[in-house]
Parts: sequence; C-alpha cells; structure tokens
Amino acid sequence: MKIKEVLMKGVCMAAACTSVLAVILICAFLFGNGIPAIGKIGVFDFLAGVKWKPGNDIYGILPMILGSIYVTGLSLIMGVPVALLTSVYMAFYCPKRVYGPFKAAINLLAGVPSVVYGFFGLVIIVPLMRQMTGRDGSTMLTASILLAIMVLPTIIGVTETALRSVPAAYYEGAVAMGATHERAVFTAVLPAARSGVIAGIVLGMGRVVGETMAVVMVAGNQARIPDSIFEGVRTLTSNIVMEMGYAADLHREALIATGVVLFVFILIINMAASVIKNKAIKY
Amino acid sequence: MSQVTMTVPAEGRNTQTALQKLRDLSRKPGSLAAAVLVHLCAFISFSVLIFLVAFILVKGVSSITPDLFAWEYNSENVSLMPALLNTVVLTVMALLIAAPLGVLSAIFLVEYAKHGSRLVRLIRIAAETLSGIPSIVYGLFGLLFFSGFCGMKVSMLSGCLTVVIMVLPLIMRTTEEALIAVPDAYREASFGLGAGKLRTIVRAVLPTAVPGILSGIILATGRIIGETAALLYTAGTVAQNVFTASDGVMASTRTLALHMYVLSTEGLHMEQAYATAVILLAVVLAINALSSFLAKLVVRER
Repeated sequence: MKIKEVLMKGVCMAAACTSVLAVILICAFLFGNGIPAIGKIGVFDFLAGVKWKPGNDIYGILPMILGSIYVTGLSLIMGVPVALLTSVYMAFYCPKRVYGPFKAAINLLAGVPSVVYGFFGLVIIVPLMRQMTGRDGSTMLTASILLAIMVLPTIIGVTETALRSVPAAYYEGAVAMGATHERAVFTAVLPAARSGVIAGIVLGMGRVVGETMAVVMVAGNQARIPDSIFEGVRTLTSNIVMEMGYAADLHREALIATGVVLFVFILIINMAASVIKNKAIKY
Repeated sequence: MSQVTMTVPAEGRNTQTALQKLRDLSRKPGSLAAAVLVHLCAFISFSVLIFLVAFILVKGVSSITPDLFAWEYNSENVSLMPALLNTVVLTVMALLIAAPLGVLSAIFLVEYAKHGSRLVRLIRIAAETLSGIPSIVYGLFGLLFFSGFCGMKVSMLSGCLTVVIMVLPLIMRTTEEALIAVPDAYREASFGLGAGKLRTIVRAVLPTAVPGILSGIILATGRIIGETAALLYTAGTVAQNVFTASDGVMASTRTLALHMYVLSTEGLHMEQAYATAVILLAVVLAINALSSFLAKLVVRER
C-alpha cells in the first residue's frame, strides 16, 4: 500500500517535470543552433543588416525585425480601441439576453485556426486592398487588419475579466456623485482596471508577434524595409516559414537564429505581461 | 424622475426607460459620444467575427463534392480524405501522450506538492513560458530535436511529439483549475473514512473534476486540429494516407490544416480550399462549443 502511494507521487512529479525539461530542451536546441550562426554572421551584421540575400550569403534581419514591429504596432492601434470598447460593452452595457450568445461567439472565435483567418484574409481583404490601391493587395496594412481581427477575442476576454473584478462600489460611488453611466465607467472603473487591461494588451501583443500562418498568407513577404503601409512586409515568423523548407547550411542556421530573436522577443513580452498581471491590484 | 416607487430595484441602473436615458444623454454630449462609440465598437467586433465565419461557411458549403472524400489523393480529385484521416490519427496519438502527462502534472501541483515550494514555482514558470511560445518556434524546435537529434526525420511521429509539448500547458492549466474547484470537504471526508491519498484522488477528487478536465482536453484537441506552423516542418506536407504509407507514422503526412494551407498558397484549387476551410471550421467550432459546454457544467456544480 505504502509503495503504491510513493510510486504514484513519483510518477506525478516526473510528469510535472516534463514541462521544465521541455523548456530546457527548447532553449538548449534553439540557442545552441542559433547563437553560433549569429557569431558566424556577426552580431551587428545580423541584427542591423538591411539586406537579406541568402544567395550571396548576406543575412541581415533588420527588415524582418522592423516588419514584425510595424505590423504589431499597426494592428494594435486598430485592434485595441475596438477590443477595449467592446469589453466595456460586454461588462456594462450588454443586455442579459444578448450577453450569452455574444460571449459564446467571441469564445468560439478565439478557437478559429489561424490558417482559416489567413484564408479569409486571402480571399476578402487582399482583393479589397487591390481594388482600393490598384496595386498588389498583399501589404503591411492587409496583414495588420487581419491581425487586428485575430487579436480581438484575446484582448476582449482578458479586459472584460479585469473590468468585472473592479468592486461595484467604484461604479456606484461615481453614480452617487451624479456621474452618468458613461462617466462612471470611463473615469472610475476603467482606471481601476488599468493593470488588467494592460496585461490583456501585452498578451495580445505576444499573439500578434508570434502569429505566423495568417501573416505569411497575406503580407507579401518581401524582405526589405517597407516605405509605406501599402507595401509588402516580411515578419520574423514569416521569414522562417518561407525559407525553412529548402534552406541549407548557413542559410538554415540563419533562419534558426531568426527563431532565436523571435523567441527572445516573446520571452520579454510574456515576462512583461506576467509582471503587470502580478502587480494588478487584487480586490 | 416623477415616479417614486417603494420597492428597491435590484439593479439601479436598469430602472430608467430607454427614452429617459436618451434624454439624459443628450444633455451630456461627452457621455453620449462615449455611449455611441461603445455600441459602435461592439457592433464592429461582433459583425466582423460573424461575417468571417458566415462567409466561409456559405461560400464553402457549395464547394463540397463527393470527389473530395476519395480514398487516395491525386491532382485530379484533390481529395482531403488522407489529410482528414491523418488529422484524426495525429490528434489521437498526441492526446494519448499529452492528456496523461498534463493531468498527472496537475495532480502533482494541486494534490501532492507543497504550495509555494521551489519546485512548484519552477514548474509554473515553465508551463507559463511554454504557453506563450508561438507555434512556429515549436515547429523549429521539433525540426531540430525530434526530426534531427532524435532521428525521426520529417514524420507524423515528430509532428505529434511537437504538438504534445505545445498543448501540455493548456491541459495542465485547465486540469489544475478543475482540481482546485473540487471542495476540500470531499478530500477530508475521504481521509476521514480511512482512505489513503491515492484512493482519495482516484475515487473522490478525479470523478468530480472530470467535466473540467475533459473540457481542457477537448480544447487541446481543437488546438491540434487547427495547428499549422508547428507541423509544417515536422510532420511535413506529403498528401498521403498514414494507413497506406509505407512507413506508417514515420512517413511525412499532412493534416487538414496543412492541406488547406498548401491549397490556398498554391492558388490552383481555391474551390477545394473553401471546402476544406468549411470542414476545418465546423470541426473546430463544434469542438470548442463542446468544451465550453463542459466547462459550464463545472461552474454550475460549484
């Protein structure tokens, strides 16, 4: 009997340690394969190089780093206000009868595979862009619009939870002082939920930076620094997906190094998110 | 307000009629603007998301033909049947590994480990890190570790193990929540009757937590079925059936999501891509609906 108990505890502990092992292995293999490549290319040439020409052994990923930053920024500029106000609607305006289906729809849409979003972008947004600009429809703006749509469910979910965790007294106090519903929500409740809201946005940022398939399908993927939002752009993620299939030698290592840069970006963003979340006031 | 009622309304803000509300708002232009913006944005989010699903379903349903379900893929019929079967096999295999691992990990965290011990903190940090890693990074890791270092080449097995690591934190987190939701009285009653730790967990805690655990596993199923980036360079994109492939699970086989990616980027078979999108979307939506239904059961029981 005693042996069984001890055995079970051991099995559970071993299982729990697999996630630690996985993180260690991921770090070891990514950094182990990527760092030497960065060393071979030269840190400065790799991170600040503006030319990506695998044929000539020139590997500069600055266009991709900027591409990821531009696309993320632009999609958040479009997505965050809409998501934020939608979550305000969910928490403070929504009639009970509408709330159920509304919430269910947003939850379901969080589960739509990114390749389906990408396909939607390809058949709807890209042709629309082409008509509007008269040029190639696969642009930075196209990718940003699509990502703004994709990130809605994530931000809405986290922000709504944050808004709901603010004590009712904040709202009631403001209304008692003569504030309108809107004034109470936007000047008393929203500021109190600030940390949760920011955590949601940072979480959304992580999603956007790491999104791959949807972006590669609509962004055009030219490896140069774009001059305007109506030009194609290549992100860190799409750089890996585009070329990993046929890359060899230093080219392949440079792509893994691209993955390392992406991984570091994501680690920083997620760390920021968890710091903000832990800082959030617990009511 | 002219009417003075004696009963206290349950929710103060709902006693105004819509007309009164509008009249109040027209006196406060700032509030009016805010209210309009909030409703506008809610409308935008909702209609964009609904439009996306409706568009794909409506446009794609007519593209579904019997040809698509032919047993073997060739460039004539562009059958999605092999991809569909591969998806089922890969998902089942991955869940057979990931579900026990995730559930056992959660049992360790909730039932066995001392709260706040160094090991628990380490495991939590690891799980949190894993859940934030984008799928393309998993794909790279799978390519380097399973396909390269472990010598599995580009194969279904390599892809399967890659997605195992990917969904592990998801299953861990949902199981943990389900276990925490089980009232301590269950455990105490079981201990009081003389049951040991193991018996308590198996007989008292786990049965109560089943809906929550299932909801997490089903959510993981949805993630695996829709996954593309992590499988592209680990499981590969060869359109063959895992049952008829010469090397079985060691052969490169595309799943439904990858099938769709390949079709839509080639651009030669858009009709079939639409049809695949419909099937993929329907499966994933059904799975997620099932998961949230089960999750609701947990809340109601509490």
